[in-house]
Amino acid sequence: MSDASITGPEFAGKGYENEAQFGDYFALLKPRVMTLVVFTAAVGLLAAPVAVHPFVAFCAILFIAVGGGASGALNMWWDADIDAVMTRTKRRPIPAGKVTRDEALGFGLALSGFSVVFLGLASNWFAAGLLAFTIFFYVVIYTMWLKRWTPQNIVIGGAAGAFPPMIGWAVATGGISVDSVLMFCLTFMWTPPHFWALALFMRKDYDHAGVPMLTVTHGRRVTRNHILVYTLLLAALAIAMAFTSAGGPVYLSVALVLNALFVKGAYDIWRRDEEICEVDNFRAERKFFKLSLLYLFAHFGAILIEAVLSGFGLGGWA
Amino acid sequence: MSLNRQHEIHNRRFGRNLGLGLTLGAFIAIIFGLTVVKVSRGDYEPTRAPTATEASQ
Repeated sequence: MSDASITGPEFAGKGYENEAQFGDYFALLKPRVMTLVVFTAAVGLLAAPVAVHPFVAFCAILFIAVGGGASGALNMWWDADIDAVMTRTKRRPIPAGKVTRDEALGFGLALSGFSVVFLGLASNWFAAGLLAFTIFFYVVIYTMWLKRWTPQNIVIGGAAGAFPPMIGWAVATGGISVDSVLMFCLTFMWTPPHFWALALFMRKDYDHAGVPMLTVTHGRRVTRNHILVYTLLLAALAIAMAFTSAGGPVYLSVALVLNALFVKGAYDIWRRDEEICEVDNFRAERKFFKLSLLYLFAHFGAILIEAVLSGFGLGGWA
Repeated sequence: MSLNRQHEIHNRRFGRNLGLGLTLGAFIAIIFGLTVVKVSRGDYEPTRAPTATEASQ
């Protein structure tokens, strides 16, 4: 900040209750999304068959998290107009008037460059390139292009959130393998039902913002059908993964229980009509959304357990 | 207008400055740690050409 802004006329006794604090800049990084990025990237890194020095692994995960956060800041910069009219997002730092759009842009670009360069220096340039591509995909392909253009926005855009385990794997191995692609596919297939459930119970938000979510363009009945179909496809993929090199008996047990619950949740959503939802305030949809968070963490947790067990000669089907 | 030692901006920006200071401190610690790990692992050892004896083996 320049001296002029400190000593300028706005400094003379006016209220500063809206001045950005450290937490507001941190909020630009979407910390809740970051937990997903950190966890899935850590599983990708730890499940890889190449050992990484613990401090290098810690730094790599940190840089991946910063890269994910930077893309969140750039998303808030571009979507400030949408965020201002949506109940769920109107308290974010830009619509709340704490941080300006230009500040968010500078913050996001600086952290993007920082995270990619330091991930490359800490691990390898393949992983850094994958992180750069992830940031590009989330900001340019999803945020700038798909989000306001097509109801398939979160289907294709979900790829951005699915890359972190591949980056973690690449940190350890320097490349891509079937296992890391399977972890990508799991997150990729999980994203649509997760977000469509959210769109069902945050029903007015996307209408007001003019975002072409499936609920807005094709209606809520079609969205319920899509949730069921995508959940069935996800369940087939998640259970099939148990019989690949990433899976094993522990993973299979977790996958069977959670996918049974998830399919049951999707079926409940599918057979409900809007009148019932209004009466119970979208109870089934909210429950499904919460379950979806547990679903992903538990699946990746199981992959991690299988990888740890294999270190003792116990993991997998061998 | 000069900033007095006890100017209200010092209190108003205390949290922000503290957060930034801690972040920069953590950044220095991370770079130092990474350097120690990489140097002690020999990541930056210059590669040397094999000697005639090594090449013949």
